[in-house]
Amino acid sequence: MAHFTKATSVHDWLNQRLGIDAVRRVMAKEYWIPKNINFLWAMGMILAVMFTLLLVTGLFLMMYYQPNVHTAFDSVNNVIMRQVPYGWLFRNIHAVAASTVFLIIYIHMFTGIYYGSYKKGREMIWISGMLLFVTFSAEAFSGYMLPWGQMSYWAGMVITNLFSLGSLHANGLVEWIRGDYVPSQAFLNRFFALHVVLLPLAVIGVIGLHFGSLRIPHVNNQEGEEIDFEEEAKKYKSGDKKSSKVIAFANDFLSKDMFVLSVFLLFFFWLVFYHYEFALDPINFDPADSLKTPTHIYPEWYFLWSYDILRGFSANIGLIAFAFAQVIFFFLPFLDRSPNAVPARRRGLFFVWFWLLLFDMIVLTIMGKLPPEGSFRTIGIVAAITFIVLWILLPFITKSEKKV
Amino acid sequence: VREFLILIIIVVLTSITYYFIEPFAHSEMHKSFPSKHFKYADLPAMQYKGDPVKGKALVMGAGACTGCHSIEVAGIKPSMTPLASAQAYGVEAPDLSDAGAVYDAKFLAAYIADPAKAMLVADKYGPNHPFPMPKFYGAGGNIHQEIADMVAYLQSIAVPKEKLTPKLAFETACGRCHAVHYENWTQIGQTPKFKHRVDKLEFDSKVLQYQTLLKKHLGSLPPDLSMYIRSRGEHFISTFVEDPQNYLKGTAMPRTGVNAHAAHQVVAYLENAGDPKKAERESLGKYVMIYFIIFVLAAYLWKREVWKELH
Repeated sequence: MAHFTKATSVHDWLNQRLGIDAVRRVMAKEYWIPKNINFLWAMGMILAVMFTLLLVTGLFLMMYYQPNVHTAFDSVNNVIMRQVPYGWLFRNIHAVAASTVFLIIYIHMFTGIYYGSYKKGREMIWISGMLLFVTFSAEAFSGYMLPWGQMSYWAGMVITNLFSLGSLHANGLVEWIRGDYVPSQAFLNRFFALHVVLLPLAVIGVIGLHFGSLRIPHVNNQEGEEIDFEEEAKKYKSGDKKSSKVIAFANDFLSKDMFVLSVFLLFFFWLVFYHYEFALDPINFDPADSLKTPTHIYPEWYFLWSYDILRGFSANIGLIAFAFAQVIFFFLPFLDRSPNAVPARRRGLFFVWFWLLLFDMIVLTIMGKLPPEGSFRTIGIVAAITFIVLWILLPFITKSEKKV
Repeated sequence: VREFLILIIIVVLTSITYYFIEPFAHSEMHKSFPSKHFKYADLPAMQYKGDPVKGKALVMGAGACTGCHSIEVAGIKPSMTPLASAQAYGVEAPDLSDAGAVYDAKFLAAYIADPAKAMLVADKYGPNHPFPMPKFYGAGGNIHQEIADMVAYLQSIAVPKEKLTPKLAFETACGRCHAVHYENWTQIGQTPKFKHRVDKLEFDSKVLQYQTLLKKHLGSLPPDLSMYIRSRGEHFISTFVEDPQNYLKGTAMPRTGVNAHAAHQVVAYLENAGDPKKAERESLGKYVMIYFIIFVLAAYLWKREVWKELH
């Protein structure tokens, strides 16, 4: 057993038992981040804060929410929105955060793609990040079922129907997922359980993995420069902070993060109070009615691009294309055959590929919401094919890339 | 400079995406009609100035209104319960106390002359299924003058404009067909507080019976309007009330003929039912905005202080 002395202060008492000084050193004071970064490097912090907001507001919402097909709608729209003091605020924050978190996730992803932050030892950062994207998606979808409005019910119907399309039809998979022939009490209960227990736990676990995966390869920088972190840290600690290429996580990196976060939060709370409609679809304020199909059924905006890839084709091909779109991002580190881990701007054809992919996904997102008729349908199919072709071309484009 | 460029690119791309998936997509999916400001331009203008005294005589006498309608402010009590009234007519015959304050005068005149036509539901009724209220064929004099007199009488007894509360406007114009259960409103009136379970069951049973009759009369039960301000929005509600056939060709929902002020009060009632925290939201929002503006300034100063040593 270690030797303990009479503590001289609370700090000392804790330090002897928990080693808080060492923790602080490893996690903050001497956790090195490159200096050459821009505000896009603060997206991780914003995501962490958004997730915390979702967790806290979700906990309070759960105190009044009733997962029952007869009472769910009124427990949200009457009890939480009208009766519980500030219940409306918690719901608005929860809904707006659930939507904007995906905007930040997409910015975070495309930042990673642009700066090549999935290459040369950073593959696990990318893969754990994509795992987070998938668990967040499942979390968002299961949460959307809970108010049991028309869009909850019918989006639940349409998305779980995916598992009965084409050749999947025969094996009863969709009934197993729903626990019934149509979305009903069993369906609502299981999505509630997933949303409030299993998926948040999974998200927290994968966040741990994501943070851990950053430790060894370190955070990338704006120029893709390979930094000798030990050498630069020595320089920093000797007092030569100006010429050192690294900064400490706290307070150097943190102060920049906090500034970016504060600007984002200003925008976020403006949305929460004055412009929340985009996150609370009007159709979902009609209670679920299994006899009345809404004219237009669409998922939340962050699923639109993959939804449009799905509906562009016939059942079997659509499912394959959809599955392709869901998993292909995981393979990015291995499909990119280029020896360069530098910003896209210095990578020739890859730069073109990056912007094409981004624009194509925006087009898919827009077409995913619009009714699939006439030219909207044609544009959607072209964009879906473009998406697949772009990913097939990626290894060839990057293989021919010259070392910079 | 590069950071600003990145920010501009993100803002532009996000705004374009937002524009297409929200305002543009919704305008593609849902048609929207401009408000006609409750002018009812298709109805003929009133040609005669009405005399409330003569109107009163007609309403109580030759017009035979009080055979079915109560007028509580004039001391004419309802002879039937809402349920019995619905059993007789399919829907409760309304009390006329405040009709003059809620309905447009031109509409009232056209309605007295030909109810189903004024409501734009004439195609729903015929000899086998007559509209519950008969047309007024005149009491021997100039029919237009007589109608103008009756309208003038109804306007003279109704509450003044400033006393037409959202609740009164809603109950008069919409409440006999639509429930709003978040406000405890049923088609047969406000749900009272019950001491005994049997009283509650009795009341619920009456509501159900009324709803069944209403469903038979209209073809389907009119929806509960609790959350309509959120699911449809103010513009849809007021333009739909103005002319239901615009949005839903062939709907059993009649044109109610409310005037602009009453429509405004009905929307206020629904806003209070479906979005009662609006005022609280907007006033709290201001303080939160101020808090975060200060937060941004403080965070900026801190960042500058810390980074002074780093550059």
